[in-house]
Amino acid sequence: MRKHKNTIQVVAFTVVILACPFFLDAYWIDVINNIGLYAVLALSLNFIVGYTGLFHMGHAAFFAVGAYATGILNTSYDIPIVLLLPVSGLAAALFAYLVARPIIHLRGDYLLIVTIAIVEIVRIALVNDIFGLTGGSNGIFGISRPDFYFFDIRTPHQFFYYIWAFLALSVLLFYNLEKSRYVRALNYIKNDEVAAEGSGVNVDHLKLTAFVLGAFWAGMVGNIYASKMTLISPASFSFWESVILFVIVILGGSGSIRGVILGAFLIIGLPEIFRQFAGARMLVFGGAMVAMMVFRPQGFLPPLPRKYPVHKIQPGEKTL
Amino acid sequence: MTLLSIKNLTKRFGGLLAVDDVSFDVEQGRIVGLIGPNGAGKTTVFNLITGNYIPDEGRIMFDGHSLTGLKTHKIVALGIARTFQTIRLFKNLTVLENVMAGCHCRMNSGILSSMLRIPFQRREERMALARALKELEFVGLKQHMDINAMNLSYGNQRLLEIARALASNPKIIILDEPAGGMNDYETTQLVLLIEKMQKRGLTVLLIEHDMNLVMRICEDIIVLEHGARIAQGTPAEITQDQRVIEAYLGIEEEDEEDEAFEAEGRD
Repeated sequence: MRKHKNTIQVVAFTVVILACPFFLDAYWIDVINNIGLYAVLALSLNFIVGYTGLFHMGHAAFFAVGAYATGILNTSYDIPIVLLLPVSGLAAALFAYLVARPIIHLRGDYLLIVTIAIVEIVRIALVNDIFGLTGGSNGIFGISRPDFYFFDIRTPHQFFYYIWAFLALSVLLFYNLEKSRYVRALNYIKNDEVAAEGSGVNVDHLKLTAFVLGAFWAGMVGNIYASKMTLISPASFSFWESVILFVIVILGGSGSIRGVILGAFLIIGLPEIFRQFAGARMLVFGGAMVAMMVFRPQGFLPPLPRKYPVHKIQPGEKTL
Repeated sequence: MTLLSIKNLTKRFGGLLAVDDVSFDVEQGRIVGLIGPNGAGKTTVFNLITGNYIPDEGRIMFDGHSLTGLKTHKIVALGIARTFQTIRLFKNLTVLENVMAGCHCRMNSGILSSMLRIPFQRREERMALARALKELEFVGLKQHMDINAMNLSYGNQRLLEIARALASNPKIIILDEPAGGMNDYETTQLVLLIEKMQKRGLTVLLIEHDMNLVMRICEDIIVLEHGARIAQGTPAEITQDQRVIEAYLGIEEEDEEDEAFEAEGRD
């Protein structure tokens, strides 16, 4: 019965999203596009914060590495944007591996402080035009648009299909992963590290893979973002961006794909709808956060318990 | 055949000599008890075996491998599973998923094969599920598999820890006070369960304060006091041993031993 309900929800959501380009103008489609980008970014952060329970407030650093990898390689060497999609992911993943490896054993608050430091260091490095590559505080401009053989992407409506197809694919892959031993092991770590290690889970290695995988996806979003804006600057990758992503995950539902997507709609979408109250935005935002943490600390849509095909297992079936 | 061999094991915490030159062997297929008064260093010995602590001196051999310097998850993969004195379950996950944690180290699917759900991965998941169900049935918790671990009764939480340990397909299972907090009926069931584990070919090493239980099922008993081994032998020999009587059996007290591991965690 519940499975039925979930399918209906997913189908209804998909229909509403697919209807958007037919009813909304370029401005609102761009808002929907931003929501999509933030949703994928928050889903990539969800590996670290949601599934594994690590306090990581520097995700914008990985996003920045992906975006700048795209910007530099595209403007200097004219490499097509679409080819740079996996390259940006790999660059961010490598960066995450290098910075996370020495700090992976840190606990809670200590890890939080170091990740904040990472995003600040990256931003300052970008502002100071590190290696003469990043263009200082002006950033990099003139980045190409994505170019497929049959489909050039220019307008917000075209980006809509690109971004939401990317989101849909990511959700599908992450959904599969949720039902595997990988995300299960991350959940064990979140619940009790000592017990996880004592049950045979390689805790440090898995935490590191969560960082690397999350950064890989954030780097790919960086690529899409760079090609959408055609201009990137350090201001887009501040600590505040990391905080927003963190809030999306926590508010929406830590470790829950549907929760994180809802979180992106609430945090990125609502301020656009209530533009006329822009002055009171932070007040409302802060109030909402306090209310949430008091009344619903697990987020709007916490993860559903995973279902296993227990009834399909025959007695005497081959076991591990 | 000797499965687990401990030689001259020593561990200090600052000035405290927690384990002092302890040596003993555990034979394959036996049920071995490790007893001693509070603070004798029993749990520390367990933590040294499972790699939670690193010994200052001495070595531990298991099934032809030296365990010195290995990380805990590697030791589990070699075939040593444990339960914890203070229950450490994944409280917010279901009973079934708790048991599946034990299967993790026997599985091979990676991130990519899981994202794409390749046939190998799905077959492996199914086999892990079957194994978890088998172990739940073995300890008698199958009817509770869908509830969260935190909602189990205390005795059942201990059984769940055992099921999780068994799911890692160990050669030896190390039980740290398995009867702690159990009532008489549950303890009787536990004794039957431990005997069933032995019949499966498992070796059992346990710490227990319930002397009834120890004398009933252990074939070999090692007694520690102040970190040092003071006696080893069959239950009959141990009950006759003058040093053991002096050190331990004459005194009755509730236990609050070795919270150091709890407090420190594993860094």
